[in-house]
Amino acid sequence: MEQHSSTTEIRPHTASEGMTLELRDVSVHFGAVAALQNVSLGVTTGELAAVMGPNGAGKSTVLKAIMGLAPVTGGQVFWRGAPLMAATHEIVKQGISFVPQGRRVFTHLSVSENLELGCLYLNDRAEQQRRLDSVLELFPVLYDKRRDMASQMSGGQQQMLALGRGLMANPEALLLDEPTLGLAPIIVKEVFEKVHEINEKLQTTIFVVEHNINGVLDIANRAYVLDKGRLVHSGTPQSVQETNILTDVFLGRLGGESEDEL
Amino acid sequence: MMRPPGWQRITTVLRNPREALTLSRGNIELWANLLIILCALVFMVLKGATFAVTLGTVFGIWAMLSISLNLVVGYTGLLSVGHIGFFGLGAYTVAILTSTTAYENLRTGEIPTFGWPFFAALPVAVLVAGLVALLVGIAFNRFRDDIYVLVSFGFAIISFNVFLNFRALTRGAFGIHDVARPQIGNWVFDTELELMLVSLVLLAIVVGISWFIVSSSFGRVLKAIREDEQVAEVFGYRATHYKLAVWVISAMMTGLAGGMFSSWTTFIDPNSFILLESILLVSIVILGGLATIWGSLLGALAFVLLEEGMRFLPFLPQEYVGQARQVVLGVLLVVLMMFRPQGLVGRFKL
Repeated sequence: MEQHSSTTEIRPHTASEGMTLELRDVSVHFGAVAALQNVSLGVTTGELAAVMGPNGAGKSTVLKAIMGLAPVTGGQVFWRGAPLMAATHEIVKQGISFVPQGRRVFTHLSVSENLELGCLYLNDRAEQQRRLDSVLELFPVLYDKRRDMASQMSGGQQQMLALGRGLMANPEALLLDEPTLGLAPIIVKEVFEKVHEINEKLQTTIFVVEHNINGVLDIANRAYVLDKGRLVHSGTPQSVQETNILTDVFLGRLGGESEDEL
Repeated sequence: MMRPPGWQRITTVLRNPREALTLSRGNIELWANLLIILCALVFMVLKGATFAVTLGTVFGIWAMLSISLNLVVGYTGLLSVGHIGFFGLGAYTVAILTSTTAYENLRTGEIPTFGWPFFAALPVAVLVAGLVALLVGIAFNRFRDDIYVLVSFGFAIISFNVFLNFRALTRGAFGIHDVARPQIGNWVFDTELELMLVSLVLLAIVVGISWFIVSSSFGRVLKAIREDEQVAEVFGYRATHYKLAVWVISAMMTGLAGGMFSSWTTFIDPNSFILLESILLVSIVILGGLATIWGSLLGALAFVLLEEGMRFLPFLPQEYVGQARQVVLGVLLVVLMMFRPQGLVGRFKL
């Protein structure tokens, strides 16, 4: 099938104006394997942008490139209009928080301790406590279990904890890597509702990489589709639903060079 | 206020002694604690106060070592088998600075004598161990997991060879005699009881520092690094700096233990700092339990009891005691890994 790339009124490929967080022509290589090839995408303040695609499309690599966890071999990441040059441990202090795939909460620490780790670097007890209180208010389930060990929580609760920990940094932008991976459908719905609430209520800019297309398109303002490390579609969530782009990429109908699983 | 682990259970039992039965049922931690403490008491009664005092000094030294290593292995997740090098550095620094041997009476090479008092040499020993740890740590920081074990193994071998071959300073295999005993003014701590007191005071300092570290936000970041270094980085903590800091602190405390050891024995040679001692040390940490100060104390006590206790087994000829200790400890380690990999009172597996 013919390779196609479509854009809609949002024009994220070229529209760097107004973008808060943006990848411009970013390429990432792991040795000889190209995980991302000249990918340009971004999100404006207060928006929720979804990045979708099949396994190995390079979705997670987008977030890792932003966080300095993947080797960017071409192009650049921009944050608030300036190149994002910081090391991984400095990025959170610039206002970008990352919620990694698979929750990755600290299972041998309590819920409160996990949350506090989200902003311990502040060295300001009062501010830490204020943020802890506001996150626990946003996540009642975490408040109830705040003294429990994270290992004693269910997958869904751990995901809420991972989200809460990400928010403890009081980020302007929140990067979510597959937040519903491995969760039951009812919990998936809850997670999407919470992500939507964070976006709406706290006006946090969100970049979410997601497999669960229907759920994420319902809450996204902007959508990107990746396939084999290339951006093949960008536009509104409606534009994705109106085309067959997702069916094409998931069924491997777009053709092009195949890269190894990423 | 942060309370020690098990505090709630202790207060429950004090309020209602009958609760002790319920709490003790199937509680391996509690039984391990009781058994080891009981063994220590029986040992003290059977062998008398003098022997118990000596045991107390040895316990203090091993416990200092075990706690310092646990900061690195248990709390941060870096399996170091090279700490014996820092132990040796502390011991040799104190020995070199304090020894006043008249070498003309010996038929071996001389080394410079400084004749410092013990308490002046001890901080230098701590600093030397810390400085070497800083340099070594900068090189080690890029490694993790299995590779970390191997490079620390390399450090243990290198340090042993330095102790053995840098004869101009260490007298090699001849060792250093007449290491000074602790002294304040005219009060020389040269009885076993006084030495035990010094050893236990130093242990208390090590416990205090370690308790402060693991209870602080710094300690919490270390625990986070042990679980997931990358996520810790994502949340703003430069893992390499934290790992280096705890490595240096741990080495300094190990150097402190080395200084005490040197003064207690008054003679040191490279044989006290062989790789096997490092393996024994790691075994003690695992035996007591990872990431627990109490576990390190308990592990050190169990080890000292085992080590000294086997000497009195009637069916074991004296010439086999040394080897038998190692066999028993090896078997104990295998059994622990099979049935209780988290150690006696630990929470984490290696």
